[in-house]
Amino acid sequence: MNRPIRVLVAKPGLDGHDRGALIIAQGLRDEGMEVIYTGLRQSPAQIVATAIQEDVDVIGLSCLSGAHNELFPEVTRLLKEEGADDIIVVGGGVIPQSDFPFLREQGIRKIFTPGTATRETAEFIRKAVKEREGAQ
Amino acid sequence: MTKKSFDELYREWEEKTRQLLEQYPEQRERFETLSGIEVQRLYTPKDGTGMEEIGFPGGYPYTRGIRPTMYRSRNWTMRQYAGFGSASETNRRFRYLLDQGQTGLSVAFDLPTQIGYDSDDPMAAGEVGKVGVAIDSLEDMERLLEGIPLDRVSTSMTINAPASVLLAMYLAVGEKQGVASEKLTGTIQNDILKEYIARGTYIFPPKPSMRLITDIFAYCAERVPRWNTISISGYHIREAGSTAVQEVAFTLADGIAYVQAALEAGLEVDRFAPRLSFFFNAHNHFFEEVAKFRAARRLWARIMKERFGAKNPRSMQLRFHTQTGGSTLTAQQPDNNVVRVTLQALSAVLGGTQSLHTNARDEALALPTEDSARLALRTQQILAHESGVTQTVDPLGGSWFVESLTDEIERRAFSYIERIDEMGGAVAAVEQGYMQREIHRTALETQRKIESGEEVVVGVNRFRLEKEPQPELYKLDPHLAREQVERVQALRGKRDGEETARRLAALKRAAEGDDNLIPFILDAVKAYATVGEICNTLREVFGEYQPSV
Repeated sequence: MNRPIRVLVAKPGLDGHDRGALIIAQGLRDEGMEVIYTGLRQSPAQIVATAIQEDVDVIGLSCLSGAHNELFPEVTRLLKEEGADDIIVVGGGVIPQSDFPFLREQGIRKIFTPGTATRETAEFIRKAVKEREGAQ
Repeated sequence: MTKKSFDELYREWEEKTRQLLEQYPEQRERFETLSGIEVQRLYTPKDGTGMEEIGFPGGYPYTRGIRPTMYRSRNWTMRQYAGFGSASETNRRFRYLLDQGQTGLSVAFDLPTQIGYDSDDPMAAGEVGKVGVAIDSLEDMERLLEGIPLDRVSTSMTINAPASVLLAMYLAVGEKQGVASEKLTGTIQNDILKEYIARGTYIFPPKPSMRLITDIFAYCAERVPRWNTISISGYHIREAGSTAVQEVAFTLADGIAYVQAALEAGLEVDRFAPRLSFFFNAHNHFFEEVAKFRAARRLWARIMKERFGAKNPRSMQLRFHTQTGGSTLTAQQPDNNVVRVTLQALSAVLGGTQSLHTNARDEALALPTEDSARLALRTQQILAHESGVTQTVDPLGGSWFVESLTDEIERRAFSYIERIDEMGGAVAAVEQGYMQREIHRTALETQRKIESGEEVVVGVNRFRLEKEPQPELYKLDPHLAREQVERVQALRGKRDGEETARRLAALKRAAEGDDNLIPFILDAVKAYATVGEICNTLREVFGEYQPSV
């Protein structure tokens, strides 16, 4: 793969806490990725449309309002519906570990808990994108 | 033998220390607060401030507190922010907290309510009842406050863009309980500028938003005189990543903008300024936080007196609520958060707060369980009743270090305010994204320091556990949202729809003109118009805010 990894950092729902999203967006840019940030209050449909239009490899969802179990699976469902489920979806925010298995089942590849170093997130993304390229 | 002067003794001490340092260097080259203020090895009377700068508690410039006796007369109000799911569910938690000795209520609303959407609006999907209670109509507010005597409990409501609607509902419930609006006490956050800067629950553009705020000032000055009409908030600015200095500077700059707007709307300063209140964060650097509260108090007193010519001392007194810093809580080893919260709460008390919310240990993971909510309240009760820190006013006043930090924070915050003035004030600065950029810059810097280990977070980048404990977490009943949607839909069927529509139309006409909107909103609320319907009516006239990012 020659082009840099493209990531959409997205804030689904009504949550206004964007400190984490802004930091991860900048952090992944520093890691050499191309990052698009959606801004606040995006519906899952808007996020999926932007992801397809921008031809991203990865969507990073950030939610601190507790609505992750509703909003994250809606994103993966719509991606599948659009035939774009090769896009890797990861998430972060205020998310209890007991929700991880459900979210994984719903196609969220990884949940990053508060305190995760940016490098760790970047490495996960690189590896996941590489594996996907291998599979194709 | 003559006695050595202080200066001579000081030089000797410095010399001796220098020799020692050649052998044993200190842990760091430079020590600094979280705002980057350099901290000296030692503070001495040479670093002291003049007594007139510090003053006395209860007197201008209020560095040492706004009351002469502070907690000797009355402890701060213990006000735990709570709300989730439905109105009845939250009503139960409120009654529990009051039974446990809490002295004031603080309502957390869910995001749809905060952004002016009804629970059945497609925009509300997934968010109903999540971060707070869902309130769609007066009917929900009646259930929320059932059995709570509004003439005896003061209520704080974290509501901003639709503050006028929720205030109107509160007034209407008071009326039903037979409590005159003159007797109601409480606070609405009503601080839209920090929503654009840091918190994100805005609806309308700045201009109509400022009008709604000054309409509330004017209405309450006449009709609800004991209500705090705004809580100008640095809390969220800090949570978004600012330093202590930026927190003071941006909050007071916002305060200046509200005072300015009210003056331009024709209000007289001493008529509304005594009801302005503030809300700050209590963060990790203990002494800097204590100094921050003192500096904010002194700076605001000066602004009100010198800049706005206030005559009433109450207009100059910065009264504030404090919440411990949510962003300092770690998901790792959550019990450690109890210790963080205790230290932060202590800084707020030593800084002279009027009310306090202590965070629960599990809030980096979920809403608090009843047990963690109680422990958070107990933390305050131990500070108030066991530690003895309430026995004297401003116990750290006169500490050369704390006074010096107070001076420095005030100086740096004032220079930020001057810069914001040059940009045309806080509204212009927000529209240009100035504060947002400054905060983001600091947030990135903090992240860099944590990732490099320069800033230690116990349990996260040092002293980690192989296996993390998994605490029992609060689980929201998933049926609550469904029930809330059904409830608002049922309400629309059973109310007098024509009357509701008539009152909404009257509100729309008023919004197009320049009448005070609060009486119209109150009329609509009493006819069971919903939060969403009222906000959508105003959206049609005012439009919606579009952030530049």
